[in-house]
Amino acid sequence: MSRTEFFQGNIACAEGALAAGCRFFGGYPITPSTEVAEHLALKLPKVKGGCFIQMEDEIAGIAAVIGASWTGVRAMTATSGPGFSLMMENIGYAIMTETPCVIVNIQRGGPSTGQPTMAAQGDMMQCRFGSHGDSSIIALCPASVQECFELTVKAFNLADQFRTPVFLMADEAIGHMRERISIPDSVPYTGRKPAEKDTLPFKPDEDLIPGFAPFGSGHHVPVTGLTHDWRGYPATTNPDLHAELVSRLYHKIEDKRNGIADYEIENREASVVFICYGAPARTVAQVLHDQKHDGKDDLGCLRLRIVWPFPEALLEQFPHASVFIVPELNLGMISREIQRHTAVPVRSVSKIGGELHTPRELLQVAEEYR
Amino acid sequence: MRHEVRFSGFGGQGIILSAVILGRAAVLYDNKNAVQTQVYGPEARGGASMSAVIIDDEDILFPKVINPNIFVIMSQEGFLKYGAGAPGNAVMLLDSGLVHDRPSCRYYEIPASREAKDRLGKIIVANIVMLGSLVAATGIITKEALEAGILSSVPKGTEDLNIRAMKLGFDLIMEGKGEP
Repeated sequence: MSRTEFFQGNIACAEGALAAGCRFFGGYPITPSTEVAEHLALKLPKVKGGCFIQMEDEIAGIAAVIGASWTGVRAMTATSGPGFSLMMENIGYAIMTETPCVIVNIQRGGPSTGQPTMAAQGDMMQCRFGSHGDSSIIALCPASVQECFELTVKAFNLADQFRTPVFLMADEAIGHMRERISIPDSVPYTGRKPAEKDTLPFKPDEDLIPGFAPFGSGHHVPVTGLTHDWRGYPATTNPDLHAELVSRLYHKIEDKRNGIADYEIENREASVVFICYGAPARTVAQVLHDQKHDGKDDLGCLRLRIVWPFPEALLEQFPHASVFIVPELNLGMISREIQRHTAVPVRSVSKIGGELHTPRELLQVAEEYR
Repeated sequence: MRHEVRFSGFGGQGIILSAVILGRAAVLYDNKNAVQTQVYGPEARGGASMSAVIIDDEDILFPKVINPNIFVIMSQEGFLKYGAGAPGNAVMLLDSGLVHDRPSCRYYEIPASREAKDRLGKIIVANIVMLGSLVAATGIITKEALEAGILSSVPKGTEDLNIRAMKLGFDLIMEGKGEP
């Protein structure tokens, strides 16, 4: 069973969090993400065990989320560009301490305070590389209100499964538009692997991920952002130990990138192929639909619902591709990532300023390669 | 068929709520697809506010308005910014007491704000009067769907007032206002 609603993407995201069992939100409101916090401020206190805290700023918001997660509950925050920048140091702390949490970024135009009410995808590199040090993370990009719900649920599952911060990298266009959404009665759930009794709290299993021992569960768990051993004790001058820990944080995600990949492919035989994620995927879908309607079936599309870890093997799915056209609401961030994994020419179609590519704009680019 | 409806007026008239009600009514009570978008920013505090709804029986892929064919205009500034360029095959409903210019397309003059004030005692429901006229003039959704959409959107205790506003909107079309 399910119920149909007419929701904003931001509300769908908040509903997805509630359905996934999120019981803590800590954050600071910022346009265009505020509706996520508003909705959870109304709903979370009414749910058993639910807690909403507006903190003094985004730094404290993510810090509270990390603390909440260590009590064993699913925890999240939501923000946009300037707040996301403030969160970077503690995001690194969450990576290093292997703290599951979900960070929603409804992207707006930057740098700095930029365009609070306009759509952008300018934080796609920041979510991957914004915090210092080597690591990997997971980033999901919804292209509809329905996906704001589904991918928020998925973000919580991936965060628990991989013990890592997971980013829902939506944008103002998807976050603020309202459309049909079908909300199911129950959603898929993958919880945290519990720490075995008498094991060390940061001793990884074969999957490179340690079982999770929340505070109060009887384990002795020191939690530090310093390089630490399996006990969780700081060990900051041992080169081998640092190399082993940080390599593991990287490989526990990157080695699974094919399994993590979430995408849609249209027309593997195509020679002109769009690669897209988030709001521009809606324009690409319109172009392919209109062309098919006109009897032209020669365009293809790879739409990524998960951008990081980057699923490079998918680029092999188009054996006849003569060009990859990559429309983005930034100056070509993911197009360069694609470029370094393929010999197929990559055409970046950048658009910044806050408006979506129109179908006509993208069709004109495709026509150049027909 | 894809219909693109553009609403404009000044901040506080309920321009955005009008679009949300129309979209919600189409999706929940008429089993159509709809996408609602709006211009955010200082417009919400005065100036020309704009909101849009796309309604279609098919899936709506591109979510922004490309060729609006229905306009609901409730201020002169909104007309100049969002209504003056309406294509010749469009249809426009305008609050005739607030919009001084007239478009080159087919239009209906709806004295919504004046009638809401005179007949219902509440100018604040002028947007619902316009919605009633919009649905009566275009049939873009059913009147029953609009009524259900209004009832599920307005604050408790104001249902009767809003339904009377909607019906006033129907009546103003029946009275044969407009046409160029």
